[in-house]
Amino acid sequence: MPANFVLSSVQLANGQITDIAITDDKISAIGTGLTGAEVIDCTGLIALPGLVDLHTHLREPGFEQSETIYTGSQAAALGGFTAVHAMANTMPVADTAGVVEQVAALGREAGYVDVYPIGAVTVGLNGTQLSEIGAMANSRAKVRVFSDDGKCVHDPVIMRRALEYVKAFGGVVAQHAQEPRLTEGAQMNEGKVSAELGLVGWPAVAEEAIIARDVLLAEHVGSRVHICHISTAGSVEIIRWAKARGISVTAEVTPHHLLLTDELVRSYDSVYKVNPPLRTAEDVLAVRAALVDGTIDIIATDHAPHPIEAKDCEWNAAAFGMLGLETAASIAQEVLIESGKSNWQRLAEVLSHNPAKIGSDEEQGQELAVGAFANIALIDPTAKRTIVAESASKSKNSPYIGLELPGRVLHTIYRGYFTVRDGQLAPQGRK
Amino acid sequence: MSQIKHLLSAADLSAEAAIEILDIAEGMSNVNEREIKKLPTLRGKTVVNLFFEDSTRTRISFELAAKRLSADVINFSAKGSSVSKGESLKDTAQTLEAMGADAVVIRHPASGAANVLAHSGWIGGSIVNAGDGTHEHPTQALLDAFTMRKRIHGASSTGKNLAGVKVAIVGDVLHSRVARSNLLLLNTLGAEVHFVAPPTLLPANPANWQAKLHYSLDETLASEKPDVVMMLRVQGERMNASYFPSEREYSRIWGLNADRLALLKDSAILMHPGPMNRGLEIDAVAADSSKSTVLEQVANGVSVRMAVLFTLLSGERVSDAS
Repeated sequence: MPANFVLSSVQLANGQITDIAITDDKISAIGTGLTGAEVIDCTGLIALPGLVDLHTHLREPGFEQSETIYTGSQAAALGGFTAVHAMANTMPVADTAGVVEQVAALGREAGYVDVYPIGAVTVGLNGTQLSEIGAMANSRAKVRVFSDDGKCVHDPVIMRRALEYVKAFGGVVAQHAQEPRLTEGAQMNEGKVSAELGLVGWPAVAEEAIIARDVLLAEHVGSRVHICHISTAGSVEIIRWAKARGISVTAEVTPHHLLLTDELVRSYDSVYKVNPPLRTAEDVLAVRAALVDGTIDIIATDHAPHPIEAKDCEWNAAAFGMLGLETAASIAQEVLIESGKSNWQRLAEVLSHNPAKIGSDEEQGQELAVGAFANIALIDPTAKRTIVAESASKSKNSPYIGLELPGRVLHTIYRGYFTVRDGQLAPQGRK
Repeated sequence: MSQIKHLLSAADLSAEAAIEILDIAEGMSNVNEREIKKLPTLRGKTVVNLFFEDSTRTRISFELAAKRLSADVINFSAKGSSVSKGESLKDTAQTLEAMGADAVVIRHPASGAANVLAHSGWIGGSIVNAGDGTHEHPTQALLDAFTMRKRIHGASSTGKNLAGVKVAIVGDVLHSRVARSNLLLLNTLGAEVHFVAPPTLLPANPANWQAKLHYSLDETLASEKPDVVMMLRVQGERMNASYFPSEREYSRIWGLNADRLALLKDSAILMHPGPMNRGLEIDAVAADSSKSTVLEQVANGVSVRMAVLFTLLSGERVSDAS
């Protein structure tokens, strides 16, 4: 059977130049001189396994004014993603089999990426009673990642039980590390800038204390734990210590914590309001180094769309969160490649292989090899683009508008289907 | 020479610009002593006092200032936060813009609200920050500087800065917009700033602050011999949040009482932005002593706010506003 497409002369993450043939939803051949129904010249492009986001807020059900599974999936495809994990803080909360199956079904219907629902750890994210984790794991949505993200599972007993209980289903708890009492009314990083601006501080210790507790709990009960969006140099030290000790912990960092600092808050522009907050330049350097040396396992976007009115107001009244799906690959390139500190293989690890492994997404994050699903992001690494407000997302709260970032996702192939071609979104998803 | 449009922060003022405003305020204070306390300068201008927080003192001070300059004054008080009220800051601002406000004096519980109003494009007039959350209160700093200068230099105040003046600011620095604006303006005018507070009421990381930090009021009064002691109000909501164990203990260690009043040098002055908690941060003997400038501060507040409104609205130029 002839291949549907051949991507000719692409560069793999390891630097090798080759052709990739795609037949139906799989990679059917890798080598030189491949033929097929259509040959697409990919000279100069990098082929990465389709990107996987472990931390996306798609907002549906309940907050469709911010984003829907359809629009969020499109933004993801434009960013080179072929899978996203949809956070549970919807309305209703994704704490039952019914909600997670609905999210998964809407994801399939959209057809731009695999949408893996994340289940809430506790009923209604209230932190007091475990949600029906088993029912969600055994549902058609096959949930493997559980998180109360947006809120911390702060009760140590509930956290311990959750860490233990998910083992029965091969799951992982993804913790939003934020000690609630230390962050009451918090608006921004606690430091010299908050002292000047008179905004209530969100101290680094509120993140670090929970991470320290949770790695010790994970060690005690022999579970694995994933830490969402780590943002401080101290958190990096704790994760490094825990890994050296053999504790099964993984950690993520967001693109914005790799690039932006709390100095931006001086503008009181609420587009920079996010949780955890933007930290200091020293923290940015620490999370960047940790991403390169493997202490941090993945980049996850924490894509958090909000409608204009949620940001067009005074700082205290504004919502927390910023967009991230369409700019993540460029920021990863800036931090890993343009900096000269790392390489495309590491970029593929942190944006595809590792998140898929942590999320137990068996059909994602695979090496580009014969027989693998044809989930591929093709990036033009030499392009430069100035970020604009226009976006596939329903919301516009990107902190990068006006910034010039390196690289551009030219094509995204999702299970053998071009969701993005020549930078243009396919008018419909894969059926 | 450049015109300043807004007064959002004490940092908006260079030393020259600040002294110019203080000098204009000297002239205004003469007007306030006349039988007919009125100038025609801002006839036809509309000043809106937009108060999202209760503050009768600050509002009437601005109101009187605007009226003495013959401006039309509208008081718009929006109780509670904009969110609970159901009308956003944006809608309120656009409404005032549609009504043709030339200046908006804003008091708001959110830090940065005045900055957002000034830079949002929602409104075209001048914005005066009359207190934003725990951030700044620049006209308070100006009236405090005016009061210090008047006490120190008397009739020859005009043109003077505050070089070498040692100011101890005592109390809840962490939550005080008065402390932040005073710090900036006093530094600009050459004064030396000392903050005295329990560690819980100082920022955890005040790295950029050009001020000396002290925990002990007694030691500070003894070793620094300040020219000015400024007591900050202890807000009721701090009392049950473990910033200090009890009102009694706070008063014993950080209160300005008769004994500490006696330690001050003869020329020293005692300030308080008001309203005072008598018996807590200041006792009656101190508050009513000849060193106390509390009522002068109130009177000077009107003159300084007249000078600020005049500077922003009359087209008068102020040197080197940043």
